[in-house]
Amino acid sequence: MRLAIFADIHANRQAFSACLEFARARGAERIVCLGDIVGYGADPEWAVDTVMDLVDDGAIAVIGNHDHAISTPSESMNAVAQAAIEWTRGRLSAQQRRFLAELPLTRREDDRLYVHSEASHPARWHYVRDTPDAARSIAATDAHVTFCGHIHRPALYSMSSAAKMTSFVPTSDVPVQLLGGRRWLAVLGSVGQPRDGDPAASFAMLDTTSREVTYCRVPYDVEAAADRIRANGLPHWLADRLLVGK
Amino acid sequence: MVKPLIEPGAELDGFTIGERVHQGGMATLWTVTHPGITMPLLMKVPRVAEGEDPAAIVSFEMEQMIVPRLAGPHVPGCFGTGDFDRQPYVVMERIPGKTLYSRIDQLPIPYEEARVIGGQIATALADLHRQNVIHHDIKPSSIMFRPSGECVLIDFGLSHHNQLPDLLQEEFRLPYGTAPYMAPERLLGVRDDPRSDLFSLGVLLYFFTTGERPFGESETLRGMRRRLWRDPYPPRRLKPDYPLWLQEIVLRCLEIEPVWRHPTASQLAFELAHPEQVKLTARSERLQRDPLSTVWRRRFNRGLTLPKPKSDVAAQLAAGPIVVVALDTEEGSGTLNECLRRTAAQLLQTLPSARLACLNVLRLGRITIDRTLDEQGNNKHIDRMVALRHWAQPLELDESRLTVHVLEAVDPAAAILEFTRVNHVDHVVIGARQNSMLRTLLGSVSAKVAAEAACTVTVVRPPPSAVTQG
Repeated sequence: MRLAIFADIHANRQAFSACLEFARARGAERIVCLGDIVGYGADPEWAVDTVMDLVDDGAIAVIGNHDHAISTPSESMNAVAQAAIEWTRGRLSAQQRRFLAELPLTRREDDRLYVHSEASHPARWHYVRDTPDAARSIAATDAHVTFCGHIHRPALYSMSSAAKMTSFVPTSDVPVQLLGGRRWLAVLGSVGQPRDGDPAASFAMLDTTSREVTYCRVPYDVEAAADRIRANGLPHWLADRLLVGK
Repeated sequence: MVKPLIEPGAELDGFTIGERVHQGGMATLWTVTHPGITMPLLMKVPRVAEGEDPAAIVSFEMEQMIVPRLAGPHVPGCFGTGDFDRQPYVVMERIPGKTLYSRIDQLPIPYEEARVIGGQIATALADLHRQNVIHHDIKPSSIMFRPSGECVLIDFGLSHHNQLPDLLQEEFRLPYGTAPYMAPERLLGVRDDPRSDLFSLGVLLYFFTTGERPFGESETLRGMRRRLWRDPYPPRRLKPDYPLWLQEIVLRCLEIEPVWRHPTASQLAFELAHPEQVKLTARSERLQRDPLSTVWRRRFNRGLTLPKPKSDVAAQLAAGPIVVVALDTEEGSGTLNECLRRTAAQLLQTLPSARLACLNVLRLGRITIDRTLDEQGNNKHIDRMVALRHWAQPLELDESRLTVHVLEAVDPAAAILEFTRVNHVDHVVIGARQNSMLRTLLGSVSAKVAAEAACTVTVVRPPPSAVTQG
């Protein structure tokens, strides 16, 4: 089966639409959302409705820290993120807010674990910045592969049976076989707010038969998404950073 | 789960196990057959029992990832892999014959034979590097030859794929590989420079032509580290008849700094294919190693060979293309040749590692093979070489980046295409004549080259005003 896995959509309608279309064209049969459906972007209602529809059709979704902050004020967010959350909260219906609040922290499917931040303390929203962070997450689960997002920069870590770590920055469109003799942490880039210097939307596909993960980059109408942010009175910096992917 | 046993007659994923043909430190090789495959096959099974070397597992994982992605005549075909959660294996084409290691008691071999073998290996490396893979274990026992003469590289357990996770990068603090052949930068943890393979090929060529290993056989880290500052004795010191061009090539491969080696394996293959055009530098005549002052400077100024940031293999290869400019030296080609030179200059400006081969075709009559033309033909040949060098002179290229070639052929386009294919040329720059009577009579050479070449072709036309002026 082919899975399309999306992280950090952040209410970016243009980016998420482009990714969904791209994934379907590549034969995606199942959708997984790794959280942060909202926050930063200007189309939270559309984003939540879209994910709700996908979940009705069998998709899996877990909660991200921005989704969580809609119902539970967070002290750790910076001012810009906080402003976007306040604005988003005002836009969402009670039903949409409830959908976000009820999303699980993690989901397990076969030998795969889905989580927004990392597996050792999913509710603490730690970032996977380097190999020790990745090792902590892998050690906390017996899943063959964990998929997470949160840091907005794609990376692929592995741990051998002797607990040696490797790290790797994936090359777009080159499938990587997740070898059975080691365990993996696939950190996804962001659909709606890439921060690795490439403004194109980022997601990944997994072929569960061949066990190959393919990181994908999808160019989309960044200007339109940035215009929506400015037109809605959100901090302009959130629009500017989309253009450079930083 | 019961593990399927690997033993004669057993079946695994459709492969029937035959006999055990090799038992090595890292893996065991079995012959296997498959009803749908007529080619002779080998199954490689890693030794992963308790107490075995953990490197055996990791290097098997690297092969498992890399081998299925490789293609072309210079690697064994891959027909299936099995993962560790059941039974790890890789099934590959069985290359008939022995490895180059079988020649080891016949060393030294003749220079000409070494040149041919070296060219075949360099060509195979160029093909591998183009597939984003660095072999990292080039030595006689990982080199085989097809009956057709093509070199086949085997054993990818230490290889690096520039677009896949490198499981050996952080697994081991000591570099894994074969000590006598290992490039100095490998000792500093660098695994993503394709020129490391050129160093190993240089060791092999040195060994095969002198009978001596340039850095001895030391397996200790201390002994291996000496190559970070100590250069080997020049081959001419061991063998006074050693050809200058060969010493130039071998010592360039063995440069401590990768940037001083040939920029790409293709360029090394090109030099080995055209020994008469190798630019001889001070390297070619040396009889002594570097003076102690140089050695000490290297040893105590490690900054000179500090690891570089991660490189992009494809970008590195693209920066060192072989560019051919096909020139017509007949009278009346002045304007066009000027335009060709301008185009070549622009290309070379952006590609500091590119090498330029200037090509001219001496057209032969279809039926004039009489011997009286011989002497005149020779003179023409030299005249053309002089004209090509004259054309290239304003480009002010270093001699090591420039070669000139006069081909004799009935069909110029076919000759250019053949040269391009044999020498793995990356880019052809060729002029198109406007309103030429020859073109009308003979068809366009540039059109045929552009249509049929396997590489990029730039067709240069003079601006319209220049055409009308003549």
